[in-house]
Amino acid sequence: MIEITDLHKNFGGHHVLRGVNLSVEKGESMTVIGGSGSGKSVLIKHIIGLLFPDRGRVVVDGQDLNTLDERGLNDIRKKFGMLFQGAALFDSLTVGENVGFSLKQHTRMSDREIRDAATEKLALVGLKGVEDKMPSDLSGGMRKRVGLARAIAMDAEIILYDEPTTGLDPITADAINDLIVDLRKKLGVTSVAITHDMQSAYKISDRIAMLYKGEIQEIGTPDEIRNTTNPIVKQFITGSAVGPITAD
Amino acid sequence: MINWLELLGSRTTAVMIEMGKVVMFLIQTLRWCTSRPFYFKNLLKQMEQIGVNSVPVVLTTAISTGMVLALQSYTGFKRFGAESLIGTVVSLSMTRELGPVLTGLMVAGRAGASMAAELGTMRVTEQIDALYTLATNPMKYLVVPRFLASTIMMFFLTALGMYVGIAGGYFVGVKVLGTNPVTYINQSINNTEVTDIWYGLIKSLVFGAVVGLIGCYKGFNTEGGAEGVGKATTGAVVVSCMLILILDYFLSALLW
Repeated sequence: MIEITDLHKNFGGHHVLRGVNLSVEKGESMTVIGGSGSGKSVLIKHIIGLLFPDRGRVVVDGQDLNTLDERGLNDIRKKFGMLFQGAALFDSLTVGENVGFSLKQHTRMSDREIRDAATEKLALVGLKGVEDKMPSDLSGGMRKRVGLARAIAMDAEIILYDEPTTGLDPITADAINDLIVDLRKKLGVTSVAITHDMQSAYKISDRIAMLYKGEIQEIGTPDEIRNTTNPIVKQFITGSAVGPITAD
Repeated sequence: MINWLELLGSRTTAVMIEMGKVVMFLIQTLRWCTSRPFYFKNLLKQMEQIGVNSVPVVLTTAISTGMVLALQSYTGFKRFGAESLIGTVVSLSMTRELGPVLTGLMVAGRAGASMAAELGTMRVTEQIDALYTLATNPMKYLVVPRFLASTIMMFFLTALGMYVGIAGGYFVGVKVLGTNPVTYINQSINNTEVTDIWYGLIKSLVFGAVVGLIGCYKGFNTEGGAEGVGKATTGAVVVSCMLILILDYFLSALLW
């Protein structure tokens, strides 16, 4: 479903991605782990066409994002939902309007139908009676849930999660993990997450890929990653300060 | 000496690159102005925020300027017995020059700063990226309504500023300083032509476009966190005001 081949990206002479190769199958849950500055966010932004490669290809459903015009890109983006690290809810809109945003923009549904759909999606992520609240009235965990409801509003086939548990307390983080697993079961979507939270990665993933210095170090199932012999991956998953990875 | 020249060269290059980016942003904005979908609701909301909400500031500035202008010109003109010309000075100044320029500066300070801060915050909190992921073009959704609203509303605010400024001048000239009202009005009407008003209003359209363009450009290209938003906001006000003052001269020369 997603095929990333030899992906390179430079920012002002800083070579962030150095030939990333990664494929994600339909219905699979792939998590990319890595430290801060390893290029995870840059990678996920390439998958949805927020950034474009200096070299290499990102192919989604057989279409190379590099070759698409704006309309083509938007058609591809309608297949995606993305949960941002800080949820990225629109401050000026209510929760209900946030969730129904893409329905309002891309369908001919009436305001009533959009509101009903938003209520339904909010219920899917465990929220009730918050449609008329403003995003600033919500807690961090609730904001993430609303972000997730917005991501699935157009019945997305692929959901991207940018650090879904960052900034949340452990219990709320685990509730978000459960929600991600639950949504995948209910909706059968393909998921790509980036995180440095190993508990989350083990819980939500079919496969885990470790990104270090712009390159994929290892890809495997959660069990394979737990039992890795790769010193870089081993150090990262155990959170040790001693090893080949040095703190910046 | 070489270091100094290098610095001058790099600064000049940076300014030229920035100017190029602003021009490219303007071209993109104009392009998106003419293509579907049109966000009329956003346009109306921005017209309210930029235009209606700026009315108190513009009214205060215009009335104060008109009154001070009448007072100061009376003091000067009285020395050679030309008090009857106060009306002409006030109405010509307000229509050709002070109406559009002061309204432009006030709107740049209020609405331009607000636009840059709002879009800058949306940029650093990834709300603009979120729009892209929701298959919505942020240039159309955010920039075009602000650019158009700023241009349209500056026209009406300037017209209002002209009227109120002239009224303020009349009040001081006639009610406070005791100038003959008939002479005052006759002088104002006889020496102010419709083209004077149009020149001022044409200027206002340009200044409105400048405020909308620079406010959106600075906000849209914000980098960093809260500090970046602060810099974008300051930059939007400073650049808009400078451009208004610079363009004012060239427009005045052109519309002589």
